[in-house]
Amino acid sequence: MRFRREPLFLARQSYRRRRLEDAARLLPILGVFLFLLPLLATGAGTAGQGMYLFAAWFGLIVATAMISRGLNRWPDMSHDPDEEASSHTPAKPSDPTSQDEGRD
Amino acid sequence: MTKRVLVIEDEPNIVEAISFILSRDGWAVATHSDGETAVQAVLDAVPDALILDVMLPGRSGYDILHDLRAHDLTRRLPVLMLTARGQRTDREQAERLGVNRFMTKPFSNAEVVDTLNELVPG
Amino acid sequence: MLSFNTLVAVCLLYVIFLFLVAFGADRSAARNKSRFLNSPLIYTLSLSVYCTAWTFYGAVGYAARSGLEFVTIYLGPTLVMIGWWWFLRKLVRVGRAQRVTSIADLLSSRYGKSNFLGVIVTVIAVVGTTPYIALQLQSVTLAFSVFARDRSAGWNAPDLDATALWVAGGLALFTILFGTRNLDVNERHHGVVTAIAVEAVVKLVALLAVGVFVVWGVGGGPAGIADAIDEAMRNTPGEAWAITGGRWVGLTFLSAAAFLTLPRMFHVLVVENIGERQLAVASWAFPTYLFLMSLFVVPIAVVGLGTLPAGENPDLFVLTIPLHFDRDGLAMLSFLGGFSSATSMVIVASIALATMVSNHIIMPIWLSIRSEEASVSGDVRQVLLLARRLSIIGVLVLGYLYFQMSGGGTALAAIGMISFTGVAQVLPAMAGGLFWRGASRNGAAAGLILGFTVWAYTLFLPSFGEAGVMSATLLAEGPLGIAWLKPQALFGVTGLDPVVHAVFWSMILNSFAFVGVSLMSFPGPLERLQGAQFVNVLDQTRPAQGGSFPAAAAEDLLVMAQRTMGADAAQALFQTQASAQGKEGYLPDTTPDFIALLERELSGSVGAATAHAMIAQIMGGATVSVDDLMAVADETQQMLVYSSQLEEKQKELTTTARQLSTANDKLTQLSIQKDGFLSQISHELRTPMTSIRAFSEILRDGGAKDAEAAGRHASIIHDEAVRLTRLLDDLLDLSVLENGQVQLNPQREVLSKVLDRAVAATQSLIASQDLRIHRDQGREQVIITTDTDRLAQVFINLIANAAKYGDAKFKRLTIQVGERDGALRIDFVDNGSGIPTESQVMIFEKFSRLTDNAAAGGAGLGLAICREVMDRLGGSITYLPGQSGAAFRVTLPLEKIPHHVAN
Repeated sequence: MRFRREPLFLARQSYRRRRLEDAARLLPILGVFLFLLPLLATGAGTAGQGMYLFAAWFGLIVATAMISRGLNRWPDMSHDPDEEASSHTPAKPSDPTSQDEGRD
Repeated sequence: MTKRVLVIEDEPNIVEAISFILSRDGWAVATHSDGETAVQAVLDAVPDALILDVMLPGRSGYDILHDLRAHDLTRRLPVLMLTARGQRTDREQAERLGVNRFMTKPFSNAEVVDTLNELVPG
Repeated sequence: MLSFNTLVAVCLLYVIFLFLVAFGADRSAARNKSRFLNSPLIYTLSLSVYCTAWTFYGAVGYAARSGLEFVTIYLGPTLVMIGWWWFLRKLVRVGRAQRVTSIADLLSSRYGKSNFLGVIVTVIAVVGTTPYIALQLQSVTLAFSVFARDRSAGWNAPDLDATALWVAGGLALFTILFGTRNLDVNERHHGVVTAIAVEAVVKLVALLAVGVFVVWGVGGGPAGIADAIDEAMRNTPGEAWAITGGRWVGLTFLSAAAFLTLPRMFHVLVVENIGERQLAVASWAFPTYLFLMSLFVVPIAVVGLGTLPAGENPDLFVLTIPLHFDRDGLAMLSFLGGFSSATSMVIVASIALATMVSNHIIMPIWLSIRSEEASVSGDVRQVLLLARRLSIIGVLVLGYLYFQMSGGGTALAAIGMISFTGVAQVLPAMAGGLFWRGASRNGAAAGLILGFTVWAYTLFLPSFGEAGVMSATLLAEGPLGIAWLKPQALFGVTGLDPVVHAVFWSMILNSFAFVGVSLMSFPGPLERLQGAQFVNVLDQTRPAQGGSFPAAAAEDLLVMAQRTMGADAAQALFQTQASAQGKEGYLPDTTPDFIALLERELSGSVGAATAHAMIAQIMGGATVSVDDLMAVADETQQMLVYSSQLEEKQKELTTTARQLSTANDKLTQLSIQKDGFLSQISHELRTPMTSIRAFSEILRDGGAKDAEAAGRHASIIHDEAVRLTRLLDDLLDLSVLENGQVQLNPQREVLSKVLDRAVAATQSLIASQDLRIHRDQGREQVIITTDTDRLAQVFINLIANAAKYGDAKFKRLTIQVGERDGALRIDFVDNGSGIPTESQVMIFEKFSRLTDNAAAGGAGLGLAICREVMDRLGGSITYLPGQSGAAFRVTLPLEKIPHHVAN
């Protein structure tokens, strides 16, 4: 049973990481949406708009911080930018085992 | 008529022995000890038979035989070759060159005399 | 009271402090204690060069005039930072992989290392940044003047120009000191970056302090501020504070673009970056910094509007509010904050610009002028450093001149946005270069030039006002009255804010030109290689999914293979592979098998590492990493080493072959001689036996009649028997010597006596052959300790040989005795014809009699025995070539002989 658990765990980890990467890609889109929203809410005064903007801004910062920390904590299994300089392994196209599972 | 034999041999003792036994048998014996001039010596006075040593100073007995067989005067000259090197290849080479008899030293005196008489009958 | 002198003194102290910080950081970086210096915190703080004096002072003024709109300047960079996974990550990776030194270098490198593009970007950057530097100088002088104006007591109104000059000079000094210490821009400027980080903290603290003071000290808390905002909104004419869509979107986009393309931002973001971890932290930390920087801007603005007398310049509220409430300390801090903002921007901007100007303009010119001396690297290094220092001074001088000429008017205040729009023209070429492999050099150049022109026409030149470059008529009616070319209403588009109008048209036309020309042009091989490297930088170590590479790569591979293997061979290979896959033409699917095959083929001509790097470049195995380059270098090195090893090996082999050939010749000769020996020994034995047998038979048959002849016959039998015995003795002697079973009897004796005995022993032979022996008795008086009987045996042999084989008419033998290196030499030189060279090696071998003449009575064993004897005696016997005749040298060690050698 132990032999089955570990690969499962790793797969979950790399799945988690890819979802984090997705989130990181989506963040600026969310940011654009949030920052453009005041254009539609013309009725609110400067104070209200300002409060909203700073709240949205802060929310984005917190989300970015969490995602960045997550990306740092779950290192990319397929490649590690900090290590590639020291242990550059040439890509062997004929070696299917070195590929990570397909992008889903 | 006296039969004439030329002995080409560089060992003086052997020359003396052969001369002695052939003279005793009635041959007229001439001798020559140098290989280089041997062919000319034969052609100068072609004998009835030739006794030829293989290892001679200046020229080997084989070369001398080869030259003699190429010459009209000596093409059919009876030749008895003597050698101290008793190997089979020596005999074969001599026969290829057209030797009449081949004998290995040390030889029996009687055999030499008999052979010569056989080669030059009468 | 804050006096001008105090202000200057504090300012100077602060500058000295910055110098010390920079110096200390450089020192500790040099000592490899740079962990803190490399931390994400320092990196994040260094990004704050984005916040210049324009934002420090101007944001409040902006807010006072237009409400919340100022925040777009911060929202753009925030979006870029939180979207780091898209763009910045790639940009930073490319920057590191390509060792990019500036944004001009980035574009030049991406588009086939084209210096033309580098020059265009450099020009844009200089034109766009110089006014900005002037703006910083203006803000510092303005800040000084604020203190001067209100506190005239004891103050001389400071000379603005002089102040600006002093500031510019000090900045130039600082920048040169810490910005051009090391030449390689990728070796980060620790000192500068750390000083910038300190300044970042100062300006943040200053602004926060003023903000806190304003909100809780003056404004009556958040609620009071909210009221003040509403009131300020009511007081502003028209809809000035309302958010307008065009400007909001346009300025957010513009600030985002400028954040990426401003030379100074590119410098701190990419060039000074050392790892992705820094970027990951900065992705949220820098937006936080911006958040904090803008948090109190509106409160300060509304409080300033509410409390300060009307007509007060809102751009200086940050200074004037504390001064108004007599908070000198706070005002001082605020001043330092603004000062920090200005100086940090100028320092980084001038470093970045100087790098571009020196690398893309000065150096190419210098190298083309002195092309023949360019190979002297040390020379170039010095020139480059000098060029960079001069460029820094040049940039600051330009900024100062611009400041002076513009007179510090309001035209300058608008320059921030104008500058942003100018440098943003680089964005299409930069983004396209990172994400689109089809982006070409010509496209980039077309886009840049068109965008820059449109920017100059619609925004930059009109900014000088009607008195400037463009006449009022031109502005109002367009050139030559062509309405659709009106600078601020291009193509009839009216109703747009001038900045948004310029951003819109310049970016649109720029992008269209870039994409259009790129689609039409055909990039060169290097450009395509670089393009693949840039676009695929993130896929560096990731093998392609599904086992197949992008189809487009096949063509690139063919291009590259043709350059490497030659056109015909490459095309043949590709065609064969394609038809093997059932395809027509030259482009097979890039299957792993094909890639592996190609790599092998290539490595045949360029080596494995190079081949791999080349393939990897195209296949998205990405950049040639330092490792790859090292591998290439190593391989080259190995090849060099290998080839020199090969050379050595070859020499060795040649030597060995020669030795082998010599040995072979010797062996062949020995083998022949062995056969010869069998004949020889047979001959030697049979010849005496022939005589013995013949004469014995003669005796047996009665013998000679004559008694004298009979006696001679008997003595012949005797002599020949003796000869046989001697032959057998020699053979036995040699056998014993060779087996080392000989017993030596060392004796002390004078050499001449030994020679005497040898001569005496051969007396009969000497006499019969009439050999004359020449000796120098005086030199023979050497006492030797050896087996003298054996030595005499050698001498006898040599004398006998001279007697027997010497072929001169009057035989002569010279025996010379000499001594050298503790060894005795006895040379036996005769006057015969000597021994032919080809036979010299053989004469000491057994049975190597040189002639067939058996008359000498030996069997060719004499010299072989001599050699064995001399070996036993610890000496040697050699043939001495080059003498008048045959010459043998006997060498004998003096003083000692080996003791008993027999086992």
